[in-house]
Amino acid sequence: MSAPLSADLAQIGKSVVIKGELSGSEDLYVDGQVEGSIALKNHSLTVGPNGQVKASVEAKGIVVQGKLEGNVQASDRVELRKSAVVTGDITTQRISIEEGAYLKGKVDISGKADKAAGK
Amino acid sequence: MASVTQNFMKLFRGSSSGAQAETPQPAQKLTRRSSGLSELSRLWDSETPLCVLDLGSTSPANIRFFTERGHKIYSEDLLVASTEPHLITKDEQGNVVLDSRKFLADNLLYPAARFDVVLCWNLPDYLDESLVRPVMGRLWSVLKPGGMLLAFFHTKDAGPDSPCYRFHIVEKDILEMQRIVLRREARRGPTGAIHTAIADGFRLQRVFNNRHIETLFRDFASIKFFLARDNVREVLVVR
Repeated sequence: MSAPLSADLAQIGKSVVIKGELSGSEDLYVDGQVEGSIALKNHSLTVGPNGQVKASVEAKGIVVQGKLEGNVQASDRVELRKSAVVTGDITTQRISIEEGAYLKGKVDISGKADKAAGK
Repeated sequence: MASVTQNFMKLFRGSSSGAQAETPQPAQKLTRRSSGLSELSRLWDSETPLCVLDLGSTSPANIRFFTERGHKIYSEDLLVASTEPHLITKDEQGNVVLDSRKFLADNLLYPAARFDVVLCWNLPDYLDESLVRPVMGRLWSVLKPGGMLLAFFHTKDAGPDSPCYRFHIVEKDILEMQRIVLRREARRGPTGAIHTAIADGFRLQRVFNNRHIETLFRDFASIKFFLARDNVREVLVVR
């Protein structure tokens, strides 16, 4: 599967290994290895089928096709595709999980809880 | 208790060690009414968000069911976790067993959470013998006082080839059961090396009678049995 092409999409190819803090103001596609943290406040992260991310992740939208180990916080939406293997807690407003995806961790739909608490 | 259990285990393990080549069947989906789930369903309308632990295979349906109601759900597939090759060790008699300490060091770790409900499904029937009691002990400790645990146990009429299912909550008292087709299996090869193989589903390890079940949950405050037509007893225990 190839990465979606977009002018505002940064890509980390499958032979690339990054350790450290990663932040940005554009969408990011990771098909390589990232260890540390990823912060894309108003943008989306896609972990490709070859991607191996060991990091805490904060983004607007997060799509996982590969492996992700770490806590995930999405201000909008999380999608776990059928090949996803996720170990960590997920906090998001919306989530979709395809049949076959693996999750070890918590799912917390923060939008509802916050609304309920705010009433 | 031990002798009966061990006899069943021998019977089942004996049959599972044969070299029968079974053709993997496509994942079948069946539905069943669950009295235990129905009993639990009174909790789902709680205004206070519940903390639910689902120990079956990751189920989008279950995650949706609980998150739609504002509850938090934790998902952890303990059967798959129990197939990790590094868990294999030997006991004092030299028998190959799974290392329960290592298993509990890697799984069921919830320092920041205590659960209102644990959905165990059919885990005790398919989990390796060396892990059953340690896992139940850990589950007791992660449940809140008054928290409830739902587990399913086969009756003695169930055969050793009773398929292992994933359970998806469809309605408050209806479950969809999906046969688990593939598993990783740690096997010792002819040279003694341990390797991982893919086999057809998980195998029933034993059949608990009612007294065994009561013993298994002896630290819990109460236990309730529900009989079903499909050679399964549902058990709801309260911490």
